[in-house]
Amino acid sequence: MEGKEEGIVAVVTLKENAHKVEGGRASVFYAENEEELEYLTMLLSRITTAMAHNLGNGVYILVKH
Amino acid sequence: MIKHGTMILLAVILGTGFRVSLLKVDYRQYPGYPNGYIVHLTFGFIAAVLGSLIMPALIEENYIAVTVLGAAVQQFRDIRNMERDFLSEIEATEIIPRGKAYIEGVAKNFEARNYLALITAFMTTVGYYILEQLGVELLFRGLAGIVLGGIVGYILYKIMSNKTVGDIAKVRITDIEFSGPMDANMGVEGVIMMNIGLKEALDNWKESGVGIVIEPKDDNARATLANIGQRQAIMHDLVSQLGTKLDKGIPDYTPVNQLNLDTGRVGMLIVPIEKDKECIKEAVESTPILEDAKRKPLATKVGRKAAD
Repeated sequence: MEGKEEGIVAVVTLKENAHKVEGGRASVFYAENEEELEYLTMLLSRITTAMAHNLGNGVYILVKH
Repeated sequence: MIKHGTMILLAVILGTGFRVSLLKVDYRQYPGYPNGYIVHLTFGFIAAVLGSLIMPALIEENYIAVTVLGAAVQQFRDIRNMERDFLSEIEATEIIPRGKAYIEGVAKNFEARNYLALITAFMTTVGYYILEQLGVELLFRGLAGIVLGGIVGYILYKIMSNKTVGDIAKVRITDIEFSGPMDANMGVEGVIMMNIGLKEALDNWKESGVGIVIEPKDDNARATLANIGQRQAIMHDLVSQLGTKLDKGIPDYTPVNQLNLDTGRVGMLIVPIEKDKECIKEAVESTPILEDAKRKPLATKVGRKAAD
């Protein structure tokens, strides 16, 4: 499955930031707090072998390069 | 005894010797195993034999024999294909791939080295033959052959050795600049090159990451460094010498490079295993300039005019 699909594979953000993301092709994961946010991002990054990026507004995206 | 035996033997030894001397394991880490050596030594030997047989064939007025060279060239081209296929196949298993341009360069080198063995052997017989015609003693004939073959071989060897990045550019090691919210954006000299989402990865980058700036010395160098294959080759060489903290499935430490479009400088970010600035600098500087990446805009009229 590695390298097959390019682009955003998942989006992770806090529940309170839900208005900043719209679901599209990628699944959106909502975290309860910062700690869970970081953990979810790390886990998803490892599982999907995608790179985690921080958009700076509380939204993290996982991108296959 | 075989006719012209001394001449042929001498040429074969010298030609093969040159091929052997070129077969050192260098930073390219290839060939590394006896199998690779055997292949190349055998081909080098065959090349030397062919080269040494040209002169005797001419002396005996057996001109048709010389046409065999045509078939030989085909064999050597196969070496190039063999190398290219092999290196392309293992590309998928490299942490940082060599890149197509690098592979092409290596393959061409291996082909050219056989011609070097052939020409060296040929020139040895020429030197030997000339003195034979002058009626000089055997010992001096042999010496003349060795000297002529040696000189021509050495000149070709010198011509064939590539320029390196250090010749066309200045390399500087700098700190990585972190910017943006949570310091997530990384770059050097104001060019943002990468965004890191994971805190753990970011901490690692801050601790052991290194920024490299390659500053071209002139417009020729700028055009050469703009070549993607050339930059890939630099990264491959760097990683194969100093290592990188990278594994499959963890893309956060992937080395990146980016051109500064305004200055033509190449910025590079990497997490080496050995964070030794001098060694990193040397590794970058010693990367060969690839034949396919070499550009010379200053050699053209338009290029010169546009440059000033």
